[in-house]
Amino acid sequence: MRPSGTFPREWGKVVTGYFLRRVLQGLISIVGASIVIFFISRLSGDPIVLLLPTEAPPALIEQVRQEMGLNEPVWKQYLIFAGKALGGDFGKSYRWQAPALELVLDRLPATIGLALAALAFSILLAVPFGVLSAVYRGSLIDTLGKGFAMLGQAMPNFWVGLLLVLIFAIHLDVLPAYGTGSAAHVLMPAIALGWYPVAAQTRIVRSAMLDVLDSDYIRMGRAVGASERVLVWKYALRNAAIPLVTILGVYFAAMLGGAFVVETVFAWPGVGRTVVEAVFSRDFPVVQVGVLLTSILFVTSNLLVDLSYGFIDPRIRYDR
Amino acid sequence: MVILALVVIAAAFGENVAPHDPNGLNLAAAFRPPVWEPKGEWAYLLGTDNLGRDILSRIIAGARVSLVSALYAIVFAGAIGGLIGMISGYFGGVVDAIIMRLVDIQMSIPALALALVIAAVFGADFDTVVIVIIVTYWTWYARIVRGEILSLKERDYVALAKVAGCGTATIFFRHLLPNIMNTLLVLATLQVGQVIIFEASLSFLGLGIQAPDVSWGLMLSDARNYITNAWWAITMPGIAIMITCLSANMIGDWLRDTFDPKRRQL
Repeated sequence: MRPSGTFPREWGKVVTGYFLRRVLQGLISIVGASIVIFFISRLSGDPIVLLLPTEAPPALIEQVRQEMGLNEPVWKQYLIFAGKALGGDFGKSYRWQAPALELVLDRLPATIGLALAALAFSILLAVPFGVLSAVYRGSLIDTLGKGFAMLGQAMPNFWVGLLLVLIFAIHLDVLPAYGTGSAAHVLMPAIALGWYPVAAQTRIVRSAMLDVLDSDYIRMGRAVGASERVLVWKYALRNAAIPLVTILGVYFAAMLGGAFVVETVFAWPGVGRTVVEAVFSRDFPVVQVGVLLTSILFVTSNLLVDLSYGFIDPRIRYDR
Repeated sequence: MVILALVVIAAAFGENVAPHDPNGLNLAAAFRPPVWEPKGEWAYLLGTDNLGRDILSRIIAGARVSLVSALYAIVFAGAIGGLIGMISGYFGGVVDAIIMRLVDIQMSIPALALALVIAAVFGADFDTVVIVIIVTYWTWYARIVRGEILSLKERDYVALAKVAGCGTATIFFRHLLPNIMNTLLVLATLQVGQVIIFEASLSFLGLGIQAPDVSWGLMLSDARNYITNAWWAITMPGIAIMITCLSANMIGDWLRDTFDPKRRQL
């Protein structure tokens, strides 16, 4: 810790400056994402075709066009869309005739819950794996861990899910194959989703652990005769976990992306499955909200990762 | 290496090595288990699916789709992303700022989500899959190439080339490109596995390759409907994906360590 006397005055300014810049960048990304999503959706052709029956009279078509602002230039349409979106109005789902935002927000807790469970699963595997392969570097455990990691990165998450269903739901009949409602339901989707990041997380823990185990205070601990187990699992792990903790937001964001497929496999009632279904029924308002909401979560968790570095380790300088 | 070579051969000479027509229906032979199971037959090495189609033949046919789409996508993503990265790094300033913001925007939409939007709009087929992959993966090349160029352009030989009156295009392709080729190659190899999994995910969701074309993801999506009847139909295509990605990743790692030992974290 720095004594307060040497604490540079401008430190606060540097931090706020960086903070503001990153938040601004995040906002630009989200606005940009909304533009991209809006324009791609518009390329699909006239929303009228999807809204009204083909035999609708021309007068009605014209009226709906006016109401929806479809006669305005495209950039103006985007501004209308964005203005409404800021007020939480993304239009009604073509299919369910309910506000699209509500529909997606209803499903959001399920997706976040699944992503958190998956994250918990991956950490539960990665930390012991990473620690053991650092402590016994070059041993059988290290090699096994590496092999396991490579295997994990070569397996699509939905296939892992299907294999789990095959083994645990069909052959052993111990877990429900799909749906939601109990702790048992979340187990397989969480494993399928959390499988992939295990490899990368193990690597992070391993290399951090190698650094820490080599540091003075651990040697000191050894010299005074502290037990190796306490040193490794209590003192070393506490510091080695920092890189993993700071980067968890990135993995959380990645889980949100992966959820689109895994939710479909397990009929998990989350945002991902809702969007996939909406794609099939060409329900664009729902697709737009779902994707935009995922992007916002994605940007936010990445932003938090960047900002958290400074809080956890004040030695990191912001003004690069 | 050997496995990847096998997959490439399967992709190239598919019709000739496949024991059966990948789309040949034979309802009498539906749900045959693989040869080592009690009811298995040598005629259907890895068993058959619900319509009696030979799974091995379908995996071979799927290899072509997977590899060809991955190849197209990676070549184009690499070319486009690489060029944009070079421009961004070389010119710097406003150009750089705009391009990097675009990269940020692109990266703020989860890849699969963007793929869903694009597939919803343009309809799902082979071309859409390739476009989606290009749109998703160019940012990697752009960012990494930009970083390389930032340091390369300060080198003396670039300054000399400028003094000697070389045009920008000459500097780009004669002087800078050869220096980033290794990076591009390593990145491309490391992406083969990812792209194959990405394509499989799209096809699995029904937003990628469509029947009668065969793809590994599509096979898994079909097999999901009769998962209780035929474990092999769900296992075999997945194993094909797994060993292909595994060998591509291993080659990628090896190339990276050989060409570019500094970039272990790539």
